[in-house]
Amino acid sequence: MAVQVDGEVVAMRRVGAYHHMSFTAPGIPEQTRPGHFVALSVGGPTSSTLLRRAFSVHRVNERGLYGGTVDIIFAAHGVGTTWMASLERGAALNIVGPLGKPFALPREPVGCVLVGGGYGAAPLAMLAEQLRARGCRVDIILGAATVDRLFGVLDARRSASSVTVTTDDGSSGIAGRVTDVLPNLLERTGADVVYACGPMGMLSAISAVCEPLGVHTQCAVEESMACGVGVCMTCVLPVIGDDGVTRMLRSCVDGPVFRGERVRWSDVGTMPPDVLGAPQAVTP
Amino acid sequence: MSADMNAAVDPVEVNLATRLGSLALHGPVLTASGCAASGKELSQFFDLRLLGAVVTKSIMVQPRSGRPTPRMAETPSGMLNSIGLQGPGIEAFIAKDLAWLVEHGVRSIVSIAGTNTSDYARLARRLSSEPGVAALEVNISCPNVESRGEVFACDPRAAAAVVAAVRAETARDIPVIVKLSPDVTDIVEIAGRVIEAGADGLALINTLLGMVIDTTTLRPALAGITGGLSGPAIRPVAVRAVYQVHAAFPDTPILGMGGIRTGEDALQFIAAGASAVSVGTAIFNDASAPARVHRELREALAARGYRSLAEVVGIAHVTSVGRDDALAAPVPPAQEVVVTAAPAAVDDSDIGALIDEVRAAPEVPANDSETTREVHL
Ligand SMILES: Cc1cc2nc3c(=O)[nH]c(=O)nc-3n(C[C@H](O)[C@H](O)[C@H](O)COP(=O)(O)OP(=O)(O)OC[C@H]3O[C@@H](n4cnc5c(N)ncnc54)[C@H](O)[C@@H]3O)c2cc1C
Ligand SMILES: Cc1cc2nc3c(=O)[nH]c(=O)nc-3n(C[C@H](O)[C@H](O)[C@H](O)COP(=O)(O)O)c2cc1C
Ligand code: FES
Repeated sequence: MAVQVDGEVVAMRRVGAYHHMSFTAPGIPEQTRPGHFVALSVGGPTSSTLLRRAFSVHRVNERGLYGGTVDIIFAAHGVGTTWMASLERGAALNIVGPLGKPFALPREPVGCVLVGGGYGAAPLAMLAEQLRARGCRVDIILGAATVDRLFGVLDARRSASSVTVTTDDGSSGIAGRVTDVLPNLLERTGADVVYACGPMGMLSAISAVCEPLGVHTQCAVEESMACGVGVCMTCVLPVIGDDGVTRMLRSCVDGPVFRGERVRWSDVGTMPPDVLGAPQAVTP
Repeated sequence: MSADMNAAVDPVEVNLATRLGSLALHGPVLTASGCAASGKELSQFFDLRLLGAVVTKSIMVQPRSGRPTPRMAETPSGMLNSIGLQGPGIEAFIAKDLAWLVEHGVRSIVSIAGTNTSDYARLARRLSSEPGVAALEVNISCPNVESRGEVFACDPRAAAAVVAAVRAETARDIPVIVKLSPDVTDIVEIAGRVIEAGADGLALINTLLGMVIDTTTLRPALAGITGGLSGPAIRPVAVRAVYQVHAAFPDTPILGMGGIRTGEDALQFIAAGASAVSVGTAIFNDASAPARVHRELREALAARGYRSLAEVVGIAHVTSVGRDDALAAPVPPAQEVVVTAAPAAVDDSDIGALIDEVRAAPEVPANDSETTREVHL
C-alpha cells in the first residue's frame, strides 16, 4: 500500500549527466520491490507546479544511518527536476510510494537479460540482485546516447554474468543500439526473460526482437503522469488484455511494468478504433 | 455566533454538517468528478468516510476510451486535461465501482455524462434503481451530437432539456445537481434555466477551455489540441461564479469547486455562497488533500469564532448588501436592514452587532447593485 510521507534529502551527487539523490521516506523502503516508482512533489509546499514527478526507485535501504532511505537517479530536464537538482542535504521532500506494479520475478531459476536505456538502468541493480538471489543467471545490456548518460555500469559488473554497453555515438562500448546486441546475447545465454526499462522506442524495439523468439518481456514504460496514483487517467496506453481486447490502461497502477507483447507500441499516442470504447468512424 | 466573531472556538465544536437540497451531508468537502476516479485509489491515503461524498468520474452509457495521449499539460498553478471521459460504461461502473463504494460505506454522488438527451435520461433511470446513489451530478460540459457538437452547458435550451429529462427519470429522493461550465457569457442565465428545468442544486465550476503550444514541436501540447484548465489558477473565476449565482438564486444550494487547495480556499467558496465544496486538481499534488481541506476548514471556522458552517454560507454577500445570510428573505437595500429586517432568527444580542456591521459596511460598490437587483428577480 502506497503511503504519502515527508522525507529529507540525505545525499546528493552527480553521476555523469544525472543526479543521484537519497532521501528518507519512512514506510516506503520496506514495501518497495524492483520496478516500483515514487512520486515527488516539486517546488515546496506553496509551489505553483502542482503535479508530482515520477521516478523509478534505484535502491532502498531499510535501516540506514538515517532510517529507511530511497535512492533515485534523475536527469534535470524541466522545472521540477531542475528544482530537485538544486536541493541540498537536509532539504524537505514529500514522497508518495511505492507506486505501480513492479517487475514480475520468475519462480524458476531461469536466464534473464536486463536492458537499461539511460536512467532506465536505475531500477536494474535491485532487480539483478533479487534475480541472482533466486538463482537466475543475469546478463545486462546498458545503452545510452552518449557515455555520460550511461548509468549503472559498475553496479552491473558486480551483479551480472556479463555486461554489454552500447552508445549511439560509440563514446563507450559498442557503437549502436541495445537491440543490435540483444539477439546475439539471447542466443548465447538462452535466456527466457528480458527485463527492460528505458525510452518507449527502446522498449518497443526490444519487444519486437523478443516476441518472435518466444522470450517473455517485462517492460517498464514511461508515460506522462499527473497523479501517479490512478485517479486522473492521463497516463494511459493501449494494452491487450487476456481476453484479447485492447483497453487504455493506466501506466501508473496497471503498470509501469507491462508484458511487452501486450503493449501496442506503434499505437501509443493514438486511439485505434478497436480499443474498447473508441469512437467509431461514422459511416456516410 | 457572529457576535463573537473574534473569539476562537474549539475546532471540535464546529458543526460542519451541511445540505445539498434534500441531501444531508455530515461534511462539506467532496471530491471533484474526474479527480478521484471512484474513490478506491484514494482510500489508501485517507478514510473516505470523512468526506461529505465522493463524486465519481463522469460515467456514460457505453464504455469509452477517451482521447489519445498526451492528455495533460502542466500550467502555472494548474493543468490542462483532455481525458475525453474515459470510462467503463454504466453497467461495469455499477457492478464494480459503485459496489465498492457501497460496500465501504462511502457516500457517493454519481456524475453522469452523455452526448444526447436520451443518454442522460437513461443513465438517470438506471442509477435511480441502484442503492447507494446519494445524488446525481449532471456533467453537461459535453458536446451535444444532436447540435453539431455544441456543448450542452453553453446552450440554455439544450441544458434545460437535459436537466428536465434527468429530473423526470430520477427517483424523487435523489437530488439532481447540475454542473455548469464557466465558458459562457452569463452563467447566471444558464443557472436560471437549469433551475427552472428542475435542478435541485448546482455544481460550479467545470474547467475552462485552454490550450498550450509545445515550444519544441511548435504544435499543440495535447493530442486533443484544447483541454480543460483546472487548479488554483481558476479559483478566482470559480469564486466569482459561485458569488454571482448565489446572489441571483440564494435558495439553490451550490457545490463550489475550482482550485481549492486549502481550508481557506474552501472558506472563500462557502462565504461566496457554496454549501459544500469539491477538491479536484489539488488531489494530484496531495492525495489526501480532501481530508486536509476538511480539517483546515474546520480550523479556519473555529479560528474565526464560527460554531457552524451553515452560518458562513453566503456571508460574503452580507457586507455588500447588509444582510445576515440566515435570512432567507430577499435582500432589501443596505440601510433598511436595521430598521425592517431584524429577523426573528436573530436574537437581541445579534441585532446590536448587525447594526454595527451595517454602519461599518463600506459603500456598496457599483457593480454589486446589479447583484442586488438579481436577487429580486
Ligand atoms: C514510472 C516512471 C518512472 C520514471 N523514472 C525516472 C527516473 O528514474 N529518472 C528520471 O530522470 N526520470 C524518470 N521519469 C521521468 C520523470 O518523471 C520526468 O523526467 C519528470 O517528471 C520531468 O519533470 P520536469 O519538471 O523536469 O519536466 P516538465 O516537463 O516540467 O514536467 C511537466 C509535467 O509533465 C510530466 N512529465 C514530463 N516529462 C515526463 C516524463 N518523461 N515521464 C513522465 N512524466 C513526465 C511531469 O510529471 C509533470 O507533471 C520517470 C517517469 C515515469 C512515468
Ligand atoms: C483530470 C481531470 C478530469 C476531470 N474529469 C471530469 C469529469 O469526468 N466530469 C466532470 O464533471 N468534471 C471533470 N473534471 C473537472 C473537475 O471536476 C473540476 O470541476 C475542475 O477541475 C475544477 O476543480 P479543480 O480546480 O479543483 O480541479 C476533471 C478535471 C480534471 C483535472
Ligand atoms: S497518472 Fe493519474 S491515472 Fe496514472
